[in-house]
Amino acid sequence: MTVADVLLLALGAVAVGSGALVVTSAHLVRSGLYLVISLGAVAGLYLVLGAELVAWVQVLVYVGAVVVLLLFAVMLTRAPIGASRDLDRPVWAAALVGGGTGLGLAALLADAFRWTRYELPEPGTAERLGEQIFGGWVLPFEVLSILLLAALVGAIVLSRPDLRGPGPAVGPGPAVGPGPGPGSGASGPGPGPGSGASGPGADDAGFRAREDAS
Amino acid sequence: MPLWLDLAVRIVAVVAAFLVLPLVVGQMEHKAMAHMQARLGPMYAGGFHGWAQLIADGVKFVQKEDVTPRAADRRVFQLAPIVALFPYLVVLLAVPLGPGALVAQKLDIGLFFVLAVLGVGVVAVLMSAWASANKYSLLGGLRGAAQLLGYELPLVLAAASVAMAAGTLSLPGIVAAWSPWWLLWQLPAMVVFFVSGVAEIRRPPFDMPIADSELVVGYMTEYTGLRFAFFLLTEYVGIVVIAALTTVLFLGGWHGPFAEQLGWLWTLIKVFAVAFVIIWMRVTFPRLREDQLQRICWLVLVPVALAQLVLTAAVKVLT
Repeated sequence: MTVADVLLLALGAVAVGSGALVVTSAHLVRSGLYLVISLGAVAGLYLVLGAELVAWVQVLVYVGAVVVLLLFAVMLTRAPIGASRDLDRPVWAAALVGGGTGLGLAALLADAFRWTRYELPEPGTAERLGEQIFGGWVLPFEVLSILLLAALVGAIVLSRPDLRGPGPAVGPGPAVGPGPGPGSGASGPGPGPGSGASGPGADDAGFRAREDAS
Repeated sequence: MPLWLDLAVRIVAVVAAFLVLPLVVGQMEHKAMAHMQARLGPMYAGGFHGWAQLIADGVKFVQKEDVTPRAADRRVFQLAPIVALFPYLVVLLAVPLGPGALVAQKLDIGLFFVLAVLGVGVVAVLMSAWASANKYSLLGGLRGAAQLLGYELPLVLAAASVAMAAGTLSLPGIVAAWSPWWLLWQLPAMVVFFVSGVAEIRRPPFDMPIADSELVVGYMTEYTGLRFAFFLLTEYVGIVVIAALTTVLFLGGWHGPFAEQLGWLWTLIKVFAVAFVIIWMRVTFPRLREDQLQRICWLVLVPVALAQLVLTAAVKVLT
């Protein structure tokens, strides 16, 4: 076993362990904080595998933005200190779906690769990624940016009721249309604080734009 | 030099910088602010113009009782100051001091790394705010989170403009590509980066999250002793980090006469000059209101940063 193997195992254990705590902890906000640890450990896994840029994107987008928005929404609505007794958790269904997916994927991957050994590819430096994205993968890249732009516009339309047109019957149709499609994030924090919709909506638009820029 | 010795020297240097530079900036703030307000500031500790005042403060903080409120979430409460301090320590690893190997860790994507790690600071604000079980803390934390998330966008956009101009994400690479005409070309990006940087470290006039006239001290209200000192240290390390990033990205880092020999000195001089401006802003401007704060971010800084991106791209294409 090499150092990389040990690191992969340790980080994987941290990611899975804190992931399990996310769904079993009765402390609402602590669950979100365990999610930070879990996602951070996944970023560590990318780092060990040599995908530097992906690792820092993971930190920037997931730890720095998505989880923070989640915690923010929870704290704006209900965030008791201590255990919550009334959490609605369908244990058996969740265990079935989660365990089934995990075991199924593990079996599939183990069966596909058996004991074949592959060399690690070159480290994913920014230079190599740039060459690949703007060389071989330009078209998917551009299509994805259009998708993100649509999500951005949708988020702005959703968060500004004055853009919805004269009648409620006409309004929601085209306004909601582009929103929920591209990303669940666009509609996620919206419903929480009803009155202060412009705040989280604007944040969300910012997050989208940053994803676009990066 | 063997690898481990090299590594040890670099880590010791970064930790030393982490411990010394914030104290120097803090002392500078005490004295500069005092003189701007026609006072003397600390004069007794250590003898000569109160140079040891912050060391005495540190000793005082260590002796104080470490109180955790009964209703608080103990573990999260105690962990938050360390989480707040950690990103800044890691960021200092990537900041180049001089030409050649005068950087603790050469990173191919240094700029991206720095911005990603700085973003983690929000988690600490939310942790301390929520775990304190205090409504002023929670209000301050929510203000802080909204502010940090909002101002991260112009920060990243302004940094992206420099990365485009230099054609690299590596911090030493950006400094190497810098030329004096950037001072004019990248001026809007520099202003945007500096202002949103000051907002990121929650310094006045952007200190709504800790506004003492409304929220006691916001998310730090319940902290005492050493943990409170950690938050204070975070603030001053934040000044050093933002000043260092502004220097490296926009002011040409080690460039200056005799850059080969005195590069590190130029970097330090520029860092302290920018830190002085941050202190100066604190003394000069009144605190922004929450709506003004968000308005400046979304209606002024973001459009300026986007326009700068267009300008940078245009100049890049034409030359």
